[in-house]
Amino acid sequence: MGWIADSVESIRSLQIRQVLNQIVSLGMIVTSALIIWKGLMCVTGSESPVVVVLSGSMEPGFKRGDILFLHMSKDPIRTGEIVVFNVDGREIPIVHRVIKVHERQDSEEIEILTKGDNNFGDDRLLYAHGQLWLQKHHIMGRAVGFLPYVGWVTIIMTEKPIIKYLLIGALGLLVITSKE
Amino acid sequence: MHSFGYRANAVVTFAVTILAVTCAMVSLSDNFNSPSPTADVKVLNINWFQKQPNGNDEVSLTLNISADLSSLFTWNTKQVFVFVAAEYETPQNALNQFTSVTACSFVFVAQVSLWDGIIQSKEHAKFWIHTTNKYRFTDQARDGPFPLYLYDTSLLMYITITSSSIFLLVLAIGNNLRGKDYNMTLHWHIMPKTGKMFADKIVMTGYYLPQDYK
Repeated sequence: MGWIADSVESIRSLQIRQVLNQIVSLGMIVTSALIIWKGLMCVTGSESPVVVVLSGSMEPGFKRGDILFLHMSKDPIRTGEIVVFNVDGREIPIVHRVIKVHERQDSEEIEILTKGDNNFGDDRLLYAHGQLWLQKHHIMGRAVGFLPYVGWVTIIMTEKPIIKYLLIGALGLLVITSKE
Repeated sequence: MHSFGYRANAVVTFAVTILAVTCAMVSLSDNFNSPSPTADVKVLNINWFQKQPNGNDEVSLTLNISADLSSLFTWNTKQVFVFVAAEYETPQNALNQFTSVTACSFVFVAQVSLWDGIIQSKEHAKFWIHTTNKYRFTDQARDGPFPLYLYDTSLLMYITITSSSIFLLVLAIGNNLRGKDYNMTLHWHIMPKTGKMFADKIVMTGYYLPQDYK
């Protein structure tokens, strides 16, 4: 009866190998996504290289659900550029256009005023209470590239978390059950 | 092997790849366009020119802007954002308040958007407009209650390193617009249907503000 025990043992070891293999491939997917994201952060110099437009304040140029690629270079910020900035006390960064710049040459001191293309007035109402200008440290990056609609995936997933869990579950199941 | 899931996966992957390559090629094709836009900005009138209660100069202009930006449009252009900005530099001198000797000098650069517009089609890219400035043309250096040397920490550092005595920025910063020569620049920002955004400008020199308030 030794051959039965042998074959059971071989099947069990095969399954363990397969499970390990699946775990490794899952890990590869997760880490490669992380590597791409961190690599983009290094290349663009921005802490969030890709942002999704959430409001209609830049219409008709950017609509809700469009994706912007950011770049943060050493060049000084100039009027007309579209920047993404953080305001103290606000979690979500804002994408708007620079309309005024006052800066001291040969230094990093800069004062910036922004406005949404589709808004009537400038952004002073959006800034923190009493804040009249943005400084350099508020700026996360300037928009250099544009891709329409793709951001809807993340908007739907953040607004309807159930879809996100369904998607993650289905993908996980697919990875685990797939054979080679 | 050739299950439904496998086939669906292959089709979706292929479709996404093709779409990505198409977007990239469309964006790259913009580089073949070599535009030759023209622009002219005339200041027809200085409506008023005042010092605001907070000490900053403000001016109101009547402008005549004419431009032909139709060569900027390609098949990948969604819209062109166009704006006219006044750009000027202000040298500032920090003086020793006891001896009136210049200790250090800086140049402040300002860009103030005066008017903007969105052009959505090539047919509307050749335009002529008669307008007052849409955004306030104000000089600015301090908004807080502090003089600049307290407000600007790096400047304070610089001054304290330069000398042990106290320096003050004697020039009243923020009212530098009288007699100022400035450039008018017409900027455009091309927003594509997909891909890279382009921006450029035409600089027009030789504009002067009057010597006196009005």
